[in-house]
Amino acid sequence: MAKIANEELLQKLNDKFPGQITQTGADFGLLTVETDKNVISEVLNFLKTDSALQFIFLTDITAIHYPELEKPIGVIYHLHSLATNTRIRIKVFLAEADLHIPTAITLWDGANWMERETYDYFGVIFDGHPDLRRILNVDDMTVFPMRKEFPLEDPNRIDKKDYFFGR
Amino acid sequence: MQNHPVYTDNDPQTEYSTLNLGPTHPATHGVFQNVLQMDGERIVSGVSTIGYIHRAFEKIAEHRPFYQITPLTDRLNYCSSPINNMGWHMTVEKLLNIQTPKRVDYMRVIIMELARIADHIICNGVLGVDTGAFTGFLYMMEYREEIYEIYEEICGSRLTTNIGRIGGFERNFNKIAFDKIRKFLVKFPPVLKEFEALFNRNRIFVDRTKDVAAVTAETALSYSWSGPLLRAAGVDYDVRAMEPYSSYEDFDFEVPVGENGDVYNRFLVRNEEMWQSLRIIEQALNKIEKEPSEIFHANVPAYYLPPKEEVYNNMEALIYHFKIVMGEVETPTAEVYHAVEGANGELGFYLVNDGGRSPYRLHFRRPSFINYQMYAPMSQGMLLSDAIINMSSLNVIAGELDA
Repeated sequence: MAKIANEELLQKLNDKFPGQITQTGADFGLLTVETDKNVISEVLNFLKTDSALQFIFLTDITAIHYPELEKPIGVIYHLHSLATNTRIRIKVFLAEADLHIPTAITLWDGANWMERETYDYFGVIFDGHPDLRRILNVDDMTVFPMRKEFPLEDPNRIDKKDYFFGR
Repeated sequence: MQNHPVYTDNDPQTEYSTLNLGPTHPATHGVFQNVLQMDGERIVSGVSTIGYIHRAFEKIAEHRPFYQITPLTDRLNYCSSPINNMGWHMTVEKLLNIQTPKRVDYMRVIIMELARIADHIICNGVLGVDTGAFTGFLYMMEYREEIYEIYEEICGSRLTTNIGRIGGFERNFNKIAFDKIRKFLVKFPPVLKEFEALFNRNRIFVDRTKDVAAVTAETALSYSWSGPLLRAAGVDYDVRAMEPYSSYEDFDFEVPVGENGDVYNRFLVRNEEMWQSLRIIEQALNKIEKEPSEIFHANVPAYYLPPKEEVYNNMEALIYHFKIVMGEVETPTAEVYHAVEGANGELGFYLVNDGGRSPYRLHFRRPSFINYQMYAPMSQGMLLSDAIINMSSLNVIAGELDA
């Protein structure tokens, strides 16, 4: 089957979920949409099971942190339709006070560790995950280290400050 | 998966013992732990623990300019570092909209396919060792060394190669490098043939691997498996064929596919991939001859780190060197996902850039991390000796697992 055009893919999503899908970009041809956590399970399910789309391959789940936004933590899904060779990126932004989002394990077994890693790094709580605990960092860690408030280097160190380099 | 009997904790007739397989057990071929509940030699259940060599690469990458991230990628799958290097360079080139010359693409293809062969040599060699056959491993290891010597000729290092730059290579392939590659193409095929003769119809090997840890295509897809594991299960997904990068569309090669996804099929798929890689390298060498021999990088001085001798003697080069090293180059605000076919499967780089000197966010889609999560569930009901062979055939590299 031929590659699905971004416009067509967006149209299908909008028809199925009116008003709940927003295109946020298509950098380098990869359609990026944003949706809400209340419908993310249905959106993923639709993309996976629709006979014309067949996004059967869950490439990746990860997250990103924009501290200045009202909803600072974004959960990012990359899906791949092996039948049509089309990729899509889906984002769901969460408020810091409510970092809950439904798990994708109901659709893909492989989401298990990807979600554990996302929890470990950003503290996103995947509701319905059977074993949501840290995976790469130590169990007694109290912070979520990939958030932007945790800089890598000692903030008191001055020898690498930007002004020494004219920045 | 096979239909083994599933044991439960509630069975009053059975007493289980706990076995720690790892974190540094020789049979795990890497630093990761499996706590197994055993009923005699049969695994009742297991829990995998990883993260023993987690080095926070994604966090470190947020503080480094793009060219300094290359050494982080080396240390993912260190058995085939050049593939990781090239994958990263191509991701940045996509972001910066850099078009590489054909000759650079072909040079990359050669080095990536050599890396794939080196990786499969280790994986299949070790699989032989785990079934009790040491000969094949020793016999093949010599040729991994030859590949390392080719790396050494090209970039000066062997394991963590740091090969290439954004836009191409740091130096041209010299005559010795080409001679070594040609020599490898002549010397390796008969050895691979003998290796196959040693294993493919070997009664012990076939008995130990056939129908062991068989995985259906549906299950493999559900677990997001990729690479030889997915292909052994019967799904012909190969990033090189589906979304060609680095001019893979110019080459004739086949994507080997297995039937039932057992350990034997994975072994055969990897062997066949080595043959296909040899085929690709040969084509690439012939194609390179038709390209201008002096070209080994794209003409993008604002992003390509100039050679050191030019930095000392040429003002322009010094300026560009300074700007690149200090991260003063302009970069677009964009998101990129770029995938390459690593030796273990789809190696993806998700790069979010905000126009700064370092990525705002960089995520590695590491095939070993995703492939390995099925190990504990699939080991349930298996004999320990089968589980060891299964682990070899998954080819999990600890560096890529943990990142």
